[in-house]
Amino acid sequence: MSALLDVRGLRKSFGTTEILRGIDFSVAARELVFIIGPSGSGKSTMLRCCNRLEEPTAGQVVVDGVDLMARGSDMNAMRRQFGMVFQAFNLYPHMTALGNVTLALRKVLGKSRDEAEAIGLAALDRVGLKEKAPSYPSELSGGQQQRVAIARALALEPKIMLFDEPTSALDPELVGAVLGVMRDLKASGMTMVVVSHEMRFARDAADRIVFMADGQILEQGTPAEIFGNPQHPRTRDFVGELSR
Amino acid sequence: MTGLERFQEAFLKPELIARYWPDILSGVAVTLQIAVAVVITGLALGLVLAVIRSYRSRLANAPIIVFVDVFRALPPLVAILIVYFGLPSLGINISGFAVLWLVLSLVLAAFAEEIFWSGIVSVRKGQWEAARSTGLSHWQTMTSVILPQAIRICVPPLTNRTIAVTKNTALGTVIGVGEIMNEGTSAMSLSGNATPLMMAAVAYILIFVPVVVLGSWIERRFAWKRA
Repeated sequence: MSALLDVRGLRKSFGTTEILRGIDFSVAARELVFIIGPSGSGKSTMLRCCNRLEEPTAGQVVVDGVDLMARGSDMNAMRRQFGMVFQAFNLYPHMTALGNVTLALRKVLGKSRDEAEAIGLAALDRVGLKEKAPSYPSELSGGQQQRVAIARALALEPKIMLFDEPTSALDPELVGAVLGVMRDLKASGMTMVVVSHEMRFARDAADRIVFMADGQILEQGTPAEIFGNPQHPRTRDFVGELSR
Repeated sequence: MTGLERFQEAFLKPELIARYWPDILSGVAVTLQIAVAVVITGLALGLVLAVIRSYRSRLANAPIIVFVDVFRALPPLVAILIVYFGLPSLGINISGFAVLWLVLSLVLAAFAEEIFWSGIVSVRKGQWEAARSTGLSHWQTMTSVILPQAIRICVPPLTNRTIAVTKNTALGTVIGVGEIMNEGTSAMSLSGNATPLMMAAVAYILIFVPVVVLGSWIERRFAWKRA
């Protein structure tokens, strides 16, 4: 199976601090990969290097055979291959839910208002929030805001969805609906890379778990392997800590 | 003579009001022209500079910061006199009206740049990241996502600063621009009475109170629903 996303030798330093120390990592089409690890291990930085929200210090990011790090590549077009969902939702507060979802459709893809709104409403429908189209972010719960943010990313038909701790800022009772949307996405065949602490969800839904610590990938495998029979001592400590 | 009559004699003499109101009115016309021109060019230049600064190019930012600091530090009167009396020696002759417009525009631009810039950096970084991750360019992110939020924050300080700078149109009086203050002081010298100055004061109030009202209207207009 050829990789849809292929990351090679990825390094990232902030000043003299090396956050990512050579990451090799690939994701196949339709795969849901979960990235776990202690905080400060570089999980989010790795995710953000994939669409160059963080500029990697070294390494290669190849999507569908195209090297995103190649000189002269159109960064804005490259970024669109990824949909990104953030811990803090980052909805635009001055726009309605529909406005949030349609902005890039109109500005980047050049769709007409009518076209963009049809696509936007369909995307909101996918996350179960079609009726919230005219609401402003401040009128929505955290869970609803995050689902609108997912719709905003989905509307652009990305090849890969990146989730950066999508449920960490949510009250516990709101987490379920967001995970439900992610489950639906997985069922529809979306390729997903998720950084999250939702271990139950990881166990149920992930195809593969990647364990990171100190800017490196220490171990990866199926949920059964990582949770049931971790090989690396750091993984064992981390998994053991979780099951206490 | 009662106290009230003495006051009226000194500050609001009816025959002087009748004699000088056309002069004051022509001053109002000049002041309004300069004020509107200064507000438009000053705010526009300030916004352009703040947006250029957002690209964080060292080459462009150094001159912007120097310009901003110089024009915020310099008393406008000093700049007006230097430009008005200095340019002719370079063979450039521009009218007092143009000098006043140019200098006050630069002063307003310097302050406005700082205000717009602080508004831009106060918008959370996540807004940039969300917009850029959907493929919007820096410019599209700025115009569609960042500025609508930043400008809303900027309106109150911008209103204050705009009024403070446009009031300096009164400095035109030292370089012979026929604005309100100039007309008022000329009439005062001729009549030997403060009534024309009171008329000038009333004219300033009539011009600037609506600007304050307009400012708070824009503030409400730019607001969006918040929890």
